[in-house]
Amino acid sequence: MRVSADLAIVAILLIPLVAAALVALLPGYRLTARLNVLATLATLCAALLLFLVPRPEPGEYLMIDDLNIVFIALNTFVGFTTSVFSASYIAHEIATGRLTPVHIRFYHAMYQLLMFAMNLALLANNIGVMWVAVELATLTTVLMVGIYRTHEALEAAWKYFILGSVGIALALFGTILVYMAARPVLGEGVDAMVWTSLIARAAAFDPALLNVAFVFLLLGYGTKVGLAPLHAWLPDAHAEGPTPISAVLSGLLLNVALYAVLRFKLLLAANPGALAPGPLMVTMGLTSVIFAAFMLYRRRDIKRMFAYSSIEHMGIITFAFGIGGPLANFAGLLHMVMHSLTKSAIFFAVGHIAQVKGTQKIADIRGLSVTHPWLGWSLVAGVVAIAGLPPFGIFMSEFLLLSSTFARESWLAIPLVFGLLVAFGALLLRLNGLVFGEPTGSTAPVEASYLPMFAHLALVFAAGIYLPPPLVTWFQHIADLLG
Amino acid sequence: MSALVFDIAHLLAGGLVLVSFLLLYQARLFALLNIFALHAMVLTLSVAWQAYVQDAPHLYVTAVIALTFKAIAIPVALHRIIQRLGIHREIENVVGGGLTMLAGMGLVALSMVVMLRVTASADPLAREDLAFALSVVLLGMLMMVTRRNAVSQVIGFMSLENGLVLAATGAKGMPLVVEFSVAFSILIAFIVIGIFLFRIRERFDTVDIGALDEYRGERR
Repeated sequence: MRVSADLAIVAILLIPLVAAALVALLPGYRLTARLNVLATLATLCAALLLFLVPRPEPGEYLMIDDLNIVFIALNTFVGFTTSVFSASYIAHEIATGRLTPVHIRFYHAMYQLLMFAMNLALLANNIGVMWVAVELATLTTVLMVGIYRTHEALEAAWKYFILGSVGIALALFGTILVYMAARPVLGEGVDAMVWTSLIARAAAFDPALLNVAFVFLLLGYGTKVGLAPLHAWLPDAHAEGPTPISAVLSGLLLNVALYAVLRFKLLLAANPGALAPGPLMVTMGLTSVIFAAFMLYRRRDIKRMFAYSSIEHMGIITFAFGIGGPLANFAGLLHMVMHSLTKSAIFFAVGHIAQVKGTQKIADIRGLSVTHPWLGWSLVAGVVAIAGLPPFGIFMSEFLLLSSTFARESWLAIPLVFGLLVAFGALLLRLNGLVFGEPTGSTAPVEASYLPMFAHLALVFAAGIYLPPPLVTWFQHIADLLG
Repeated sequence: MSALVFDIAHLLAGGLVLVSFLLLYQARLFALLNIFALHAMVLTLSVAWQAYVQDAPHLYVTAVIALTFKAIAIPVALHRIIQRLGIHREIENVVGGGLTMLAGMGLVALSMVVMLRVTASADPLAREDLAFALSVVLLGMLMMVTRRNAVSQVIGFMSLENGLVLAATGAKGMPLVVEFSVAFSILIAFIVIGIFLFRIRERFDTVDIGALDEYRGERR
């Protein structure tokens, strides 16, 4: 059985790499789009296999544990559904001539490389490997954001590039400091960079060095999470890149960066002398929630608006993990999964809407419920879910978070509720204009792939009604691990 | 012998901070490139010295990468790009030179205070190296903030990255240092290719980032 687990890990990493090479070489965008879907499906299967087989011992570079397996499953699942959406999205881009077949080859290769980088970052048992993987993920997304080569896309890619590079540079400095802190205890060499040995011996590390390291890591990886005030790249990158990339950025890459922050938080928690990372994360989370909530009102671009909503939700998740404790951690985990599913579903809908209407301006899109009922009502469901209304899963996680915050630090709940309400108002206000009213723009039928969107929304809906007990026990177990 | 070892490492790391200051007030792009090449040379010497002192042959690889890639290839490539784009004129700074230098001194003082205090238990060589490395990183960031020109922002980023390499080599026995420097080289190569391929000049008629701000997505 040991072999099959190793095989699954290797498959999760190798399939995207091989697929990246294949789609770069093969001609014909229909073929490569199918190959893209097949490869992500195969990766998803390999990831699901991890649940069935016993786990191997963590190695020096890779590992599987209770925490990262959830992230990997989510990552490969959304990666798969997005590739299905992407196939119909790019067919339209080819038809309208916005992208050429050469661009598409490049795009698919980058998509698979991004999947590889994210899976590597999640599987890494080594702080160095994790850093390299996050850097690779940044690079591939920068290239995809700039793919349209318009003024806006280039500006967005450049901004993302510079801010992302500075972020990962800071994260590397923090990584070096962690190594410095671990070296006296674990000795020179690879051992002092391996998660499992770091966590096991963290109590003996120099707390002062760990504290400084965490500040750098939080700022560095926090830039990639999109926490205010380090978020400046995020709305541009979401608005100007191809919509499947917006979905993957919001749904997955932000989570991967957050996963890195969580790992380092665990490291600090294992050292009694180190500062509590909670208050730092709570502050950054709350700032992001309130800032993004107000920014939602002034948005005129539909993708940009949902990008700000992503900042808000990453703020909520960071806040939840900052508060800590079994209940808040549980809420944070659930919220992360729900946000990934909902936000990517929204971007699937928005991608088709922007294509059929030929614009991303909110003011130019009206009456979707009349012109494109399926897309319009899906958007309604998505926005209702993301705004935190019952019966969707996000309501559950926000409710859990609020009740545990009230119980633990009641005064912190006030700004959080305030931010949530402000964002709620903004989203519903814009939704009203988009979906109802006098229809404008093209009423041409749209060749959309509804399945990924419906699947995500159905999952979020189901989670809001009923969470299967095995899932609850699983999440509770991880929440306890997170401390 | 050990005092000499320490002194030379100290000299080279301190030299890197000094060259970072030189970068801060350069007003012309070509001069900036030359000073950056000097920055990379000092880094090469520092890394090679660490490789010798720590008896770590893999660090020589890092030194060679620093020399060939950052001290020679990138400055030459940027030199050509600047000539092609015809932008070898004065650089506009957001903040004046004097103020930038003052801010730079403040940042160096800050990194000394922070790093020397928290690394009290580490060995003195690594301590000083780390403090200098943080200074170089912060000065690089300061440069990226105070310059509006895309090319000088890239140079600011590369000097920041040199500080990281200094820190990584100073951390004795750290694995993956070569991999880090390769990863960063790829990143920088992408940025440089990006400047050229995206033809910021053709698209915007300037490489001044300030002009890019006009193309906010909201305006569409």
